[in-house]
Amino acid sequence: MPSRNQATMDRRAVIAAMLAGRKDALIVAGLGSTCYDAGTADHPNTFYLWGGMGSAAMVGLGLALAQPSRRVVVITGDGEMLMGLGAFATIGAKSPRNLALIVIDNEHYSETGMQPTHTHRGVSLAGIATACSFPSAETIYTEQELAATIPDLFGGSALMFRDVKVDMKRYPMSIRMRDGAHIKNRFRENLLGQKAFD
Amino acid sequence: MKPEALARDWPRDIYDVFKQVAIEQISYVPDAGHTQLIKDCEADDAISTVSLTSEEEGVAMLAGTWLGGKRGALLMQSSGVGNCINTLSIIQECRFPLLMIVTMRGEWGEFNPWQLPMGQATPQTLEHAGVIVQRVDHKEDVRDVVHAAAVMTFSSNRPIAVLLGQRLIGFKDWSK
Repeated sequence: MPSRNQATMDRRAVIAAMLAGRKDALIVAGLGSTCYDAGTADHPNTFYLWGGMGSAAMVGLGLALAQPSRRVVVITGDGEMLMGLGAFATIGAKSPRNLALIVIDNEHYSETGMQPTHTHRGVSLAGIATACSFPSAETIYTEQELAATIPDLFGGSALMFRDVKVDMKRYPMSIRMRDGAHIKNRFRENLLGQKAFD
Repeated sequence: MKPEALARDWPRDIYDVFKQVAIEQISYVPDAGHTQLIKDCEADDAISTVSLTSEEEGVAMLAGTWLGGKRGALLMQSSGVGNCINTLSIIQECRFPLLMIVTMRGEWGEFNPWQLPMGQATPQTLEHAGVIVQRVDHKEDVRDVVHAAAVMTFSSNRPIAVLLGQRLIGFKDWSK
């Protein structure tokens, strides 16, 4: 049996590298640890979800279709993505070229007591994305692989999926902004200007 | 025009309202009652249509639609309402508008008893999840009710479901 690749990357280092390369991409952060991770470098172009588990990818699809000239990047966790697996099929079928999905995959539900998720038991999210017609879907294990893919994730013009394996280290919540209406209005005003209030 | 075609003019009324209020994205789980409306939207280059695997995907998608500055609507059957409950918390907490057009099952003349539990619970389920519910049972009311609902949701940032009664849609012929 070939040994599995080891997940050794640190989630906050992964997020820092991504957000440094975000350019003017619009970001949707899924609930839980990825929401807190994204909050370490707050930006009005980030929409934070604190609820609606399983919804992040589909919020990204709606945004990508509404803003076809902008890159839209969804960053979420393995548990959050597993709850909305149908989104892989829906997004693969629609195939928007300006959308990238990234799962920060520690193979556990870190908010609820570190129970293993299905990705810990051999389920491949990249395999699911490939089977759902994503033209580009890979699992990332190293900083080198991550650095090589960030420019395309945030500035490319193809539908992409990346499952980024990280270790199980937990960090404190780094974001205090929880009011959903405020997060939505801030994002829309920054993107649309006065039209946000028409 | 054949009488049965005339009797189904109300889907065209909904499409006309969509155009009037600048709806540009439709997401749907198909229902026989939405057949004509889905066809009309898919034939319109100014409307992007997304077929969903489950209804809650559409609730999340339309939040993204509004984030991006566009207006959308979600088409579904009442059996899908229960699938949406937790996702509707995004709509309520963030004050997103949401226009749901729901074809009813499990009521007037329903032949399939398995449709009754969700169909009968649909109005209360939506209301408990914070959605304003409006109902149409007669085709001459469809245009006004859908238009009023669309105007209200996009000007108040609150979710509204229009329930299209099974009486309006007609009996499903189970002999076929």
